[in-house]
Amino acid sequence: MGVLSFLFSSSIGRKLVMAVTGVSLIAFLVVHCAINACVYFMDGGATFNAAAEFMAHNLFIRLAEVGLIGGLLIHIVQGLSLTLDNMKKRNNKYGAAPKRSNSTWYSRSMGLLGTILLLFLVMHLKDFWIVSRFDAQGGLTETKTLYHFMVEVFTNPVPVTLYVLGCISLAYHLLHGFQSAFQTFGLNHPILTPMIKTLGVAFSIIVPLVFASIPVVLHLDLIK
Amino acid sequence: MKLESKIPEGPISEKWTKFKSMAPLVNPANKRHIEIIVVGTGLAGASAAASLAEMGYKVSAFCFQDSPRRAHSIAAQGGINAAKNYQNDGDSVFRLFYDTIKGGDYRAREGNVHRLAEVSTSIIDQCVAQGVPFAREYGGTLSNRSFGGTQVQRTFYAAGQTGQQLLLGAYSALERQVGLGNVKMHNRHEMVEVVTIEGKARGIIARNLVTGKLERFFSHAVLLCTGGYGNVFYLSTNAMGSNVTAAWKAHKAGAYFGNPCFTQIHPTCIPVSGHYQSKLTLMSESLRNDGRIWVPKKQNDDRHPNNIPEDERDYYLERRYPAFGNLVPRDIASRAAKERCDGGYGVGPSKMAVYLDFKYNMMQKYGRTEASKHNIENPDDATLLRLGQEVVKEKYGNLFDMYKQITDEDPYEVPMRIYPAVHYTMGGLWVDYNLMTTVPGLYALGEANFSDHGANRLGASALMQGLADGYFVIPLTIGSYLSGEIHTKAIPTSHEAFEAAENRANERIQNFLNIKGTRSVESYHRELGLIMWNKCGMARNEKGLNEAIAEIRALREDFYKNVRVPGTDKEFNPELDKAGRVADFLELGELMCIDALNRNESCGGHFREEYQTEDGEALRDDENYKNVFAWEHTENNKWELHKEELIYENIKIQQRSYK
Amino acid sequence: MKHSMKVNLQVWRQKNAQAQGNFENYSVETNPNMSFLEMFDVLNEQLIHDGKEPVAFDHDCREGICGMCSMVINGNPHGPKQAITTCQLHMRSFNDGDTIVVEPWRANAFPVIKDLSVNRSSFDRIIASGGFVSVNTGNAVDANNILIPKDIADEAFEAATCIGCGACVSACKNASAMLFVGAKVTQLSLLPQGQAERQSRVVAMVNQMDAEGFGACTNTGACAAECPKGIPLSVIATLNREYTSAKLNGK
Repeated sequence: MGVLSFLFSSSIGRKLVMAVTGVSLIAFLVVHCAINACVYFMDGGATFNAAAEFMAHNLFIRLAEVGLIGGLLIHIVQGLSLTLDNMKKRNNKYGAAPKRSNSTWYSRSMGLLGTILLLFLVMHLKDFWIVSRFDAQGGLTETKTLYHFMVEVFTNPVPVTLYVLGCISLAYHLLHGFQSAFQTFGLNHPILTPMIKTLGVAFSIIVPLVFASIPVVLHLDLIK
Repeated sequence: MKLESKIPEGPISEKWTKFKSMAPLVNPANKRHIEIIVVGTGLAGASAAASLAEMGYKVSAFCFQDSPRRAHSIAAQGGINAAKNYQNDGDSVFRLFYDTIKGGDYRAREGNVHRLAEVSTSIIDQCVAQGVPFAREYGGTLSNRSFGGTQVQRTFYAAGQTGQQLLLGAYSALERQVGLGNVKMHNRHEMVEVVTIEGKARGIIARNLVTGKLERFFSHAVLLCTGGYGNVFYLSTNAMGSNVTAAWKAHKAGAYFGNPCFTQIHPTCIPVSGHYQSKLTLMSESLRNDGRIWVPKKQNDDRHPNNIPEDERDYYLERRYPAFGNLVPRDIASRAAKERCDGGYGVGPSKMAVYLDFKYNMMQKYGRTEASKHNIENPDDATLLRLGQEVVKEKYGNLFDMYKQITDEDPYEVPMRIYPAVHYTMGGLWVDYNLMTTVPGLYALGEANFSDHGANRLGASALMQGLADGYFVIPLTIGSYLSGEIHTKAIPTSHEAFEAAENRANERIQNFLNIKGTRSVESYHRELGLIMWNKCGMARNEKGLNEAIAEIRALREDFYKNVRVPGTDKEFNPELDKAGRVADFLELGELMCIDALNRNESCGGHFREEYQTEDGEALRDDENYKNVFAWEHTENNKWELHKEELIYENIKIQQRSYK
Repeated sequence: MKHSMKVNLQVWRQKNAQAQGNFENYSVETNPNMSFLEMFDVLNEQLIHDGKEPVAFDHDCREGICGMCSMVINGNPHGPKQAITTCQLHMRSFNDGDTIVVEPWRANAFPVIKDLSVNRSSFDRIIASGGFVSVNTGNAVDANNILIPKDIADEAFEAATCIGCGACVSACKNASAMLFVGAKVTQLSLLPQGQAERQSRVVAMVNQMDAEGFGACTNTGACAAECPKGIPLSVIATLNREYTSAKLNGK
């Protein structure tokens, strides 16, 4: 541990942890988004269910999932503790907010956006993950698949709204987090850095948009 | 007391070498017990403190700013000279020595100046080793440019921020020693007394500017690296805090003051724009490499400069000094600007300005080269201008931005308006070859001493001198004195001499606070500055100087009756700090006028209107004034003049000519 | 442009480090060609005339290079214009009748001394911990012995133009000093002279930065946006890289 203790003690080490875990969460989002997008096959959720089934029972995926949850927990704990520590570095606050903006609001609000995402995540896991994993026998059946379950949840406009809001938080969290992670890795390249920034913006828009679209289209009954 | 310059015997090129091999040294074990105080942390102070600490001495350093990195050396723009001859253009130690003596109008010591030229090359090596990012050529070698008063390219630079980069190099060396525990740094401390015991400097009283407390510090030697006193003119290119206080207290403790009237007025500064103005900003001399100075041929010509055709412009420097053109030394360029403006040819709203115009070189010099690089045949004027502007932007971008920020005019489009302003003081505490003042154990380095620049300093030589003194001269010369001090134990600061010095300082402070008058310190400073500028500035005459002396005396008297210093001495009180500094300027100003009045000749920056050639050049009197004036303070604002004869064995004195 | 103008100021007044501070209102007659600090000179002249205590503020060179001036003006360090210091700001950047809020740099690592003056010695201690090349006077080889490509020298110079004013810290929501530290680390890690201590330097400087109570960087970019010398955010990327690589090498 000795050599790596800087990851939890020094200012740069701690943000390096945020970046590493953040990027692994981004990788997870790609998979998750791809599976969700399967609903657009318009086959009554068959492909979607098959993919979900695969994710729930493949040993490798389940192992990776443990790593993912570990990373997520570290991202949350480290993120919250960093935010709280950083807040203690200026006891006397400014009387006036910057008249000329010097940074984006969402880059300054990663702690807040992250906390919203955490709350969203609690709701989301309760809604779908728990049923698809632990209640496999009681929750899901041949006739009541995850797809059916999803359709059922999103008939109610309240969760639809909450999911859309969650996705908006995700979008802004990513908009800063994506490129920020590479800055933390120390990447500073005349060609790569601008590419990553563009990619980050595209990712932050497309992925949350796909996520958010599903509750909406299901609620409006636009796909079968 | 007879002034002994202690210049080593022998041929000029061997003096320093011989001195180095013969100078008494202090062994490493003894160095650990010897304490040295360094006041001021500019180029001279920071480099001296760092070098002495590296050698093993116990050093305490003081600066009035919040960090040693703020010292005003940081603002030097153009460059630093060194006789490297990297350009293969005929430079040599002798040529740098010669140019400096001639540039100083034959009023500097040969021995000191030759030493300066010798160590100049080591300075560049040392700075590069510290990581100072000097400008470089594409091949990776160091780049050079020209400065006034020379015909070679020997100036090393880092864009328009050479002083900053050199100071940060010295500052990092200093902080390294602070980190190692070899230097104790005292920020926000101002030296207010030199403590002498049995005629030797034994420490200082410094005021902690945050708490107001007077603190006592013992040392075996005291080094004053406190810069120049140009702020006696109120408006100058110096920082607001630059002051003479440390040097003045040393003067009152017995150190002679050398050539106080030798002031450098820099030709290219942004002109005064209003009565509220607090300081003047320099536009680097390096701009004269590419800028041409002109005024309209017609008096009171109100046309926009871009509408004045070529043949109605008077490029007066090129006209009067064809050999050096726009790169004549500063004193000559300044006087020529004053001559034109006084004659009614000045420009701008105040008519006290001349144009510094880059258009010609942007188009003809850089534009053409760039066009040829880009294979553009027969480029039109607009293309030339555009290409040239890009080159100029790379060379001087930060200066052009600075100009635009202050004047709200774009110098890429409209010629700069410039006028001379007080910049540097060649005068200062008299020192011998070892840099020791007339008080044993008390040294003065950099601009604070009466220096190697004679009556006029050449551009890019101040940085050279500051670092030469700190890095290479004092570490060696101080041994001559300290080798005799190895048996001196640290004297407790309860000693009566410390007590008495602290009481003197305290009395002065209480006096300022108790006057409770009606006028601010600032208002006295402004008034003093105006007297100095008008009567002891670019041109001086007997009548004006006599008037100035009377006016300063009256002003000083009024100051002690009517000044208002708010607050107390037990807190952070910048007004009180300022009061002490202005009080000292009010005494120094008088001495400067007395000095100017006694020097019945013109030389370098000292121009007495009574003594000029037919075409308006400075007329020296080598028979009577080939000497240094060193003033001894005898009693309250009374002085006695001592003279040090200057001996020229290697350079033939002649009428300085740049024609 | 010679017309006069009037501005209303809300200035932070604080007797000393321990005291509670508060905003005081003043109004000043000024003119558009005055610099912001000259406007404060006028205010102080007025306060002294009225028998009140003048406002303490740090300033020295007044030409944008010493790094001493330090006011947060309407929430922006060094005021509304980019790439200049407070002393280079002119009243023409404001309108007649404007209300201007002026505060000190606020960060626990920069305690207030009085009014608008703060203590920035923490920056000196960071440099003392490693912001140098360990080369004693007299140890240098000829300056042209080591060739440095122009683009590397230029990049090192760009980083070296930091004036140590602390605007980066004051602008950062976390009061982080990484732009300042990154600038020095970048300069010295680019140059051949800085290689010997490259890894120990960055670790020592980051340790000192953390010990001084500066916050951790969250890459908002406010520091670079407010830097009067335009030090780019990429110096923080360099700092991150240098530090991580040093740590992974067991430094």
